[in-house]
This record gives sequence, C-alpha cells and structure tokens, in this order.
Amino acid sequence: MTAAAPSSLLRTLAPPAAIGLPVLALLIVLPQVIGVYQTQLLAYGLVMAVAALGFNLLLGYTGLLSFGHSAYFGLGAYTVAFLARDLGIHSMELYILIGLPVSALVSALLGYVCVRHTRIFFGILTLALSQVLWSLALKLFWVTGGTDGLRVPRPTLLAGTLNFAGSGGYPRFINSYYYYCLAVFVICVIVMWVIVHSPFGKALQAIRDNETRARFLGLRVRRFRWIAFLISGTVTALAGILWVPLNGLTTPEVLYWPFSGEIVFATILGGFRTFAGPLVGGIAFNYIKTYAVASTEYWQLLLGVVLVVMVMTLPSGIVGAVSTLAAKLRRKREA
Amino acid sequence: MAILIIQTLNSLFYASVLFLIAAGLSLIFGVMRIVNLAHGNFYGVGAFVTAWLIGVAIALGVPTPWLFLLLPVGAAAVVLIGIVIEPLLLRPIYRRAEEYQLLVTFGLVLILEDLIKLIWGGLPLTADTLMDALPSIPIGGLIYPGYNLVVIGIGVVAALALWMVIYRTKFGVMLRATSQDRRMASALGLDVGRVYVLAFAIGCFMAGLGGAIIVPSQAAVLGMGIDALVLAFVVVVIGGLGSLKGALVGALIVSFVRTAGVQFFPEIELAVLYLIAAVVLLVKPTGLFGSTA
Repeated sequence: MTAAAPSSLLRTLAPPAAIGLPVLALLIVLPQVIGVYQTQLLAYGLVMAVAALGFNLLLGYTGLLSFGHSAYFGLGAYTVAFLARDLGIHSMELYILIGLPVSALVSALLGYVCVRHTRIFFGILTLALSQVLWSLALKLFWVTGGTDGLRVPRPTLLAGTLNFAGSGGYPRFINSYYYYCLAVFVICVIVMWVIVHSPFGKALQAIRDNETRARFLGLRVRRFRWIAFLISGTVTALAGILWVPLNGLTTPEVLYWPFSGEIVFATILGGFRTFAGPLVGGIAFNYIKTYAVASTEYWQLLLGVVLVVMVMTLPSGIVGAVSTLAAKLRRKREA
Repeated sequence: MAILIIQTLNSLFYASVLFLIAAGLSLIFGVMRIVNLAHGNFYGVGAFVTAWLIGVAIALGVPTPWLFLLLPVGAAAVVLIGIVIEPLLLRPIYRRAEEYQLLVTFGLVLILEDLIKLIWGGLPLTADTLMDALPSIPIGGLIYPGYNLVVIGIGVVAALALWMVIYRTKFGVMLRATSQDRRMASALGLDVGRVYVLAFAIGCFMAGLGGAIIVPSQAAVLGMGIDALVLAFVVVVIGGLGSLKGALVGALIVSFVRTAGVQFFPEIELAVLYLIAAVVLLVKPTGLFGSTA
C-alpha cells in the first residue's frame, strides 16, 4: 500500500500535468509575443475561466444548476469597489484578503437557503436571490452609484512593491496584472483539482449521480451541497475581485441575470462534464463575445445563435468534442 | 380616498399585464415542463409589433377606433413566431437535461432581443394615439385614463377565457391529460406534439397580448422583455409554477406590493418582491397554488 500510493498518485497526476504544464508555459510566454490589448483580453479570459471553474463545482460535480452566479461575481466586484472608495484601500492583496471572507460569508448565507431545493427550483431560487442584490445595486444609488456604477483605480500589487500611478502606467499595469491573474488562476485550478479529487469531491459526485443512494451511504447530502455552494460562490466572487481592477469600473450589469446566463454559457461551451471544460470555455467565451461585440452591433444575436447551435450539435462542449475526436482518431490508427 | 382608488386601479392595470405574461409562462411549464427564459421577449415582441402596426395604420389614415383591432393582431404575430420556435428549437430538447433547455431558451433571449433591435432600431416605439382616443374619467377630483380600464377589462376577459379553455373544453382535457402524464396521453391516442404546439401558441398569444395592451400607455423599449421576465418569475414562484389560479393571485400580489412599494419604499421596491418570492420558495416550494413539481 505504501509503495502503491505514490505511483497511483503519479498516475492520476501525470495526464493532466502532461496537458496542463505546456498550456501554462504557453500562457506565460504569450504576453511577450502579443500586444497589450491581446494581453488584456487574455486576462479577461482567465477571469471568466475562474468564474466558470467556481460555477462548475455546482453544475458539473454536484448536479445543481445555478442561474444566479452573477450575484457572487458582482459581490466580489462591489466589495472591492467599496474598499477602494470608502476605506481608501488600493492594495490588491488586501482586496483579496478582505473580499474572500466577505464573499464566503454571503455565499454561505444564500447557499444555506438555496440548497434546500434541487433541480429547477434551485435555479429559480438562486436567480431570485441574485436579483435582490441586483435591484439593491441599481436602486441604492447613493451607496452603489446606481447604473453609473463605481470606479476603481489601479491598485498596487505585491504589498505595494508594484505601483502603476502616473502616465504610462497602463501598459505596465496590464502586463503585471496579467501575471497576477495567471497566478491566481493557477492556484484556483490546483485547489479545485484537489477538491474534486478528494473524498469530499467524490461524495459530491455520488450525490449528483444518485442522491438516494448517497443518502443511504450515510452522506449528509444537504450539508455537502451547502459546502459546495460556499466554495463555488467564493471562487466565482474571487473572479469578480480580479475583474474589477482590470475593468476599472463595476456596474449593476454584472449582477443582472443575463450575466449569470453568460457564466452558464461559458461553462457549457467548454463542457461541464470535464474538469478543463469551464477553463477552456471561459477563455473561449471571452474571445467569442469580444469579437462579436467588435464586429457587429447585433452581437447578442450572434452569441444566441452560437449557443443554440452548440446545444443542438455539440452538447459536450469544446473539451468533450475534442476528446471524442481524439478517441476516434486513436481507434482508427489501431484498426 | 381618490388616491386609494387610483392606486388600486393602477395595481389592477399592472396585474392584468403581468397575469397575461405569467399565465403563459406557467401554462408552458405546466404542459411541457420547460422554463422558457425567452417568454419575456415574446411580450417585448408583441409590444413592438403592435406599436409598429399602429404607426403604419395611422400613416395610412385608418380611423382611430379601428386601431383597437390591431391589438390582437400584434399578439397573433407572436403566435407565428411561437409555432416556428416550438417544433424547430424546443422539440429536440424535451428529453434533454434541464441545463440544456434553459440554455436554448437563454439563446432565444439573446436572439429575439437583437432581432427587435435589427428590425425596429434601438429607439422606443409609442402608440399613445389609442390612449388619447379614450376619454379620461374623473375620480374624486382627479382624472384617470379610460384606456387603463380597458386593459383591466382585457385582463379579466383573458383570465376567464383561459379558465374556460382549460377546464371546460375538450382541448382543455387533452391539455391537462398531457400535462399530468405525457406518455399515458400519447398511449391513449392523443397527438401530444399538436397539444404542445397549441399550448405553446396560447402561451405566446397571452404574452404578445400583454405587450400589445401595454404599448399604448408605455413606449416599447429594448430590454423590456428581460425586465418583465424576472417579474413574471416572481409571479409564478409566488403562485406556483403551472397553476392558472396561482398566476392570477401572484400577479395581484406582485402588483399591489409594487404599487405600495413605489409609494412608500421606492428604493427597495424590487428587492422586496424578490425576497417575497424567495421566502415563498423556502416555505412552500410549489408556490401558493402549485401541485407537486
């Protein structure tokens, strides 16, 4: 057993590492080749990937479809905006250190309410609660700035050692901030990988596949769902925290329910049955949306058609389709 | 006192429109077990088509009383869209998981929203000629637009008609049978596909009519469907998804709370509505009048 454990660990780690490490190397090198604009775009993509990664712990691993994850993304974003405006904090580390417990607390509260239901009622409940936050952000304009939103100046990174004030700060900020996002992204991926491969993650998947059987095995189904909700909301909120300095502004748009739809879209685009799906989906969705917005006034139409066609023809998403294709090619080669 | 009467009438006015949207949403869920996120957009399309038709008719010199006939025509246009969408996009996904169903209808939200922009541009469309055509009614020293009473009347008639169709006609029996047990209904020789198209068409007509009757008093604007959907959700969550009585009571509750909210607590008026919906879901997940899900 003691001898088998490392080798089995190696066996589970080897295939994802074989794909993950070259991709990581590519992500590290890319900003040196592409320009500032493309780097910024990729940073947005990483943020969306983190949001989808958090969301997919519920959809892919727990079997709960939340249509209110805009709430947690917006929660992170507005927490940062309040910290910057009301407390004069401009350090990214403090944003994260304060933002995470706040998000975890709110996720725990809302999650406690939501996990009493499953299936479509869970979806509607998450949507209704997210719209409470949206309507507050919209209407309490003396606190939240209403539809104008709140501006967030460029924060300092690494406990103030990197400062981007003054002219010419913007390209330097984007370059540094990209690597900051990448680091947080990698940490989130590793943490999430450990979670879904832990006994806790296996329990979630058991609940997803057969709730009754999981209950008979002695799993406390609601408690597990609640913890999954808490982690999911917090990771998506972390994406919101990362997003605000990049965007420089947060508006109620990120709390409105169509943004929840975009998170679901990104996840399914990549494929929610695989670990890498939401990561690929988040980055791909960001590119598709950005180029759709840039190329036509009717970008929603384009996105809608892509979404409908995808659900009809490619339900397992990009990652699912690629792995099916790879399996087919392998079989052909063997034949 | 006059203020109270006017606020009550205002609530009933909103309740009529909300009921038309929510009843369609509820009917479609009850029969097909699908939550149609694009349902609010059907309401938006109804408003735009009607406003456009009325504008064209005025330009052609059609006398004002005849313009009222265009209201159901606007609703019928939405039915045309519905009977294309149901077999084409929804039928292939009834057997699929809920996430795919929600995503397809979310895709429809994006598509319909931009089609409106593509066809009519981003500017608001008005049809206030109809509003002005009817006299205002004096209520205790204040005046109230007579058109709003017409809308309330249409809401009442629509509720009665829908109730008649569902509980007093042969088609209603088929509808309820399909809703309770699709396979059994099919085995007994019912053409389930046809029932689905018809139910979807009725739902579309109701939403379209909601848009048609609101447009003389409020301009049709982009995003009105997305806003309306969330309110319709609140209505069906309070009343119970799939219940006609629930849609009616839910619409009344939401409208009266909204009117009171605008008067007394405008900042949190929307938040209160969503909180009510969340509380109802917690205490009684099937809503006030819903049966088991």
